[in-house]
Amino acid sequence: MVQTQRNIEVGPLPKTNETIIKCEGVNKWFGDMHVLKDVNLTINKGEVLVILGPSGSGKSTFIRTINGLEPIQKGHIEIDGVNLSHDLKDIEAIRKETGMVFQQFNLFPHMTILKNITLGPIWVKKKPKAEAEKLARELLERVGIPEQADKYPGQLSGGQQQRVAIARALAMQPEIMLFDEPTSALDPEMIKEVLDVMKELARSGMTMLCVTHEMGFAREVADRIVLFDGGEIIETGTPEKLFDNPKHERTKLFLSQIL
Amino acid sequence: MSVDLKLVEAKQMIAPPSQSFSMWVWIRKNLFNNWYNMLLTLLAGSLLVYISYATLTWVFTEAQWAVIGDNYKLFMVGQYPILALWRIWSALTMMTFMFGISAGTFKGTMLRLCYILSTIYLVHIIAPFTENTSKIWLTAQLVMLVISYFIGSKIPYAKRFNIVGWVISIPIILFFIHGFGILPVIRTNVWNGLMLTLMLAAVAIILSFPIGVLLALGRTSKLSVIKYFCIGYIELIRGIPLITILFMAQILFPLFLPTGLTIDNLLRVMLGATFFTAAYMAENVRGGLQSIPNGQYEAAKTIGLNPVQTTAFVILPQALRAIIPTIVGQSISMFKDTSLVAIVGLVDLLGIAQSVKSNPEFLGRHMEVYVFIAFVYWVIAYSMSYSSRRIEKSLGVGER
Repeated sequence: MVQTQRNIEVGPLPKTNETIIKCEGVNKWFGDMHVLKDVNLTINKGEVLVILGPSGSGKSTFIRTINGLEPIQKGHIEIDGVNLSHDLKDIEAIRKETGMVFQQFNLFPHMTILKNITLGPIWVKKKPKAEAEKLARELLERVGIPEQADKYPGQLSGGQQQRVAIARALAMQPEIMLFDEPTSALDPEMIKEVLDVMKELARSGMTMLCVTHEMGFAREVADRIVLFDGGEIIETGTPEKLFDNPKHERTKLFLSQIL
Repeated sequence: MSVDLKLVEAKQMIAPPSQSFSMWVWIRKNLFNNWYNMLLTLLAGSLLVYISYATLTWVFTEAQWAVIGDNYKLFMVGQYPILALWRIWSALTMMTFMFGISAGTFKGTMLRLCYILSTIYLVHIIAPFTENTSKIWLTAQLVMLVISYFIGSKIPYAKRFNIVGWVISIPIILFFIHGFGILPVIRTNVWNGLMLTLMLAAVAIILSFPIGVLLALGRTSKLSVIKYFCIGYIELIRGIPLITILFMAQILFPLFLPTGLTIDNLLRVMLGATFFTAAYMAENVRGGLQSIPNGQYEAAKTIGLNPVQTTAFVILPQALRAIIPTIVGQSISMFKDTSLVAIVGLVDLLGIAQSVKSNPEFLGRHMEVYVFIAFVYWVIAYSMSYSSRRIEKSLGVGER
């Protein structure tokens, strides 16, 4: 599974130094369980960040705090200048900035693919229907399944569904894309088609946060890797640094188990 | 996926073993395979023959069906004045028209319902006891059904027209039956028979549905005032028998009204039945809401939908689809429960049956009367469950 060679001809675009996500002292508890402990992280515009970590390490919870799906109890998160608070207005503003892709796709099963993708643009962005459909078809073209527009999610394979989910998130024209284990529910032969779409997205300069177990993807595409364990960030660094020369014992242990 | 990637040479296809048995083989294998099955088969068979023989003998030789034919108008519309019967026929024509339009638009289930409807009309045209004027009206219904079917399949925006059409048709139907003073008013105490049964059921089912949805949504609300009001309402109503509610609507309710204001008896009963059914409907809808995985809410949130949009576009359509069988079950049970209104003085189909069998002229004919109204109830209830099954199939309930 692990690919060691890097795709050199499409090296990452030069990144800006403009901060888009700033997390300071983020703490979260589920009941008595302290699931995020003082997480500090700054992400620049256009950066591709891969979050690794054993299960239960808080990586999914962390990515879900960024668009307010999980409220935090301490610390603060700032997205593109908007402070994520309990104010519904701020949360709505931040959700317009961020798109999210889930492990279980979460497409709306009672709507056609086209309806799934145009629902947000039409009702949240108030786009005219024709324009929203044009955008949706372009996005389906981009994720490689233009011919599926009028089918229902249940008629598509897992990989196709996940690509529709990516198109649905992109239809809101977000600044940031959050991926919460996008390939974990897929059959092995479908993982590649989803990763290819994500790679293309990364090359286009999208800011991305990906929780994933795909080490090949992390090595090839990530600008920076963050390793979570026990609700804390253990180590961060470029893929080379983290994979080839890990500093922390827990990083070594984790990598030895997964590679 | 590539064609070259053939791991195993394709072998010749093997057909599944033949499953077709002749009837005799089937009977021997399933009914007469050992001595005690043989005994059971013979016993059950003779019982079946005996019951069918007795039933058929009674239906075709002993029963005197004249009691049905002679009182047919009573069973259908009760004491509604004969001279004003054209108004009911007109209302029925309006309904037939809308059925035809819907069948033309949606085909499928509506078309099947129209087949059932036209069969009923046809049987009545052929029936010897039907009066000639009625036969003319019934033929008009059939013609109307065909015409409106073609209109429905031709007009543009047919779906929107359908909803508007049904909504408009309700006041028109009521106008014909009641009169509203433009036509001479016919008071609700002579709205009897099957007409009353159908009206009560239709009102209770149609109105209780939106109320039930609102109550179910209210019960899941985060605002505790709304939440506890809805819980209180649902639990209170579900704890009281329908008969008690009907009595309260009849006797208690007028006491709370300011003097001089009276509300029609039928209207009160309709409201009572509606609010009763709404509580059950709410619990059905809540079951549907609970069947929606949390991921659907999250997905809706992340594309920026607000809670109202999430409910309207994502959650409710899926929840309602999942509970079509229970909604129809509830509707069928409400339809049959309308027979309880006989207790508070409304004369529905069952009420008419009671008065017909106590008519000295038809003494001892209660079997015929009850068998007949049971058949009427069955035809309608079965049509409902039949359409439910077809709608489930066409919406793919159970498959996601």
